[in-house]
Amino acid sequence: MQNNTDTQPQQHPISLYFKVWGLLFVLSSFSYLVDYMQYQGLLRWTLILVFMFLKAGLIVAVFMHMVWERIAFTLAILSPPLCILVLIALMASEASYTNLNRLIFFG
Amino acid sequence: MDNTTQPTTSGMTGLIEDWVSDKDAFKNVSWGKTMMWIFLLSDTFIFSCFLVGYMSVRMTTDVPWPNTSEVFALTIAGEHIPLILIAIMTFVLITSSGTMAMAVNCGYRRQRKQAAVLMLVTAFFGVCFVGMQAFEWTKLIEEGVRPWGNPMGAPQFGAAFFMITGFHGVHVSIGVIYLTVVALKVLRGDYEERGYEIVEITGLYWHFVDLVWVFIFAFFYLW
Repeated sequence: MQNNTDTQPQQHPISLYFKVWGLLFVLSSFSYLVDYMQYQGLLRWTLILVFMFLKAGLIVAVFMHMVWERIAFTLAILSPPLCILVLIALMASEASYTNLNRLIFFG
Repeated sequence: MDNTTQPTTSGMTGLIEDWVSDKDAFKNVSWGKTMMWIFLLSDTFIFSCFLVGYMSVRMTTDVPWPNTSEVFALTIAGEHIPLILIAIMTFVLITSSGTMAMAVNCGYRRQRKQAAVLMLVTAFFGVCFVGMQAFEWTKLIEEGVRPWGNPMGAPQFGAAFFMITGFHGVHVSIGVIYLTVVALKVLRGDYEERGYEIVEITGLYWHFVDLVWVFIFAFFYLW
């Protein structure tokens, strides 16, 4: 991660934005193709997640200028959402339990 | 947290120094930008709760989930194309993110007319997006999709769909208003003295809206 000390006028080459823009288009086409080609199962989920995280990363890093912020700021903003992983784990275990009960008693 | 540049070290040493300096921890970051990021962080949690809620109802139901590829398919010129409307909406939103990034760049180059025009173009793409979403909602409502049930499968589909895309659509609509207001102020020259960081802050909100769509597209439409 690079840090520039004179953050006041953030001047980045416009070509970088065009490259990221193009890359986002390509990645979006790829994620659409995942559906269009009717990939199923593990391959589908892996591809969806890979393209999703690449797109999200590019937007946050370049378009939202996170690569040019100081680490203290980046960590303060980007680490709290990790809590959501705990919520996902809790809800997933709860949901599979509910699903099991529905299959047993109403299925 | 004023805008005077403070002496700073980079890397991990910088991280420690920033937090133990007994003053503001975020060096050289203005209040406006910090607060926008903190707002976006809170918004991240709101959308995460919706998406996790969607995950829960989709996992609990023993009725098959509607096939989104087919639900959102359109027939254009006799061709049946799966999920095409959502793909177009995705591209419109990415295009708007690009024009927004250009606007931020122009703002920092102090080309205020170009910045304002690019922001208005961004807002226009936002309006297109909301328009297509309104079309999509109308189509689904006509097909009998309701928050409590639908003819295609699991009844929870409608609730998740209207809640998640509706909340995102509201964000886009608010973003369009916000962009238009700031663009007109930029055009009028209100920020000539204070500088054009406001364009970047507005841009943060807009890119966030695009960011949320990336996750909705992946989890709701493609999964």
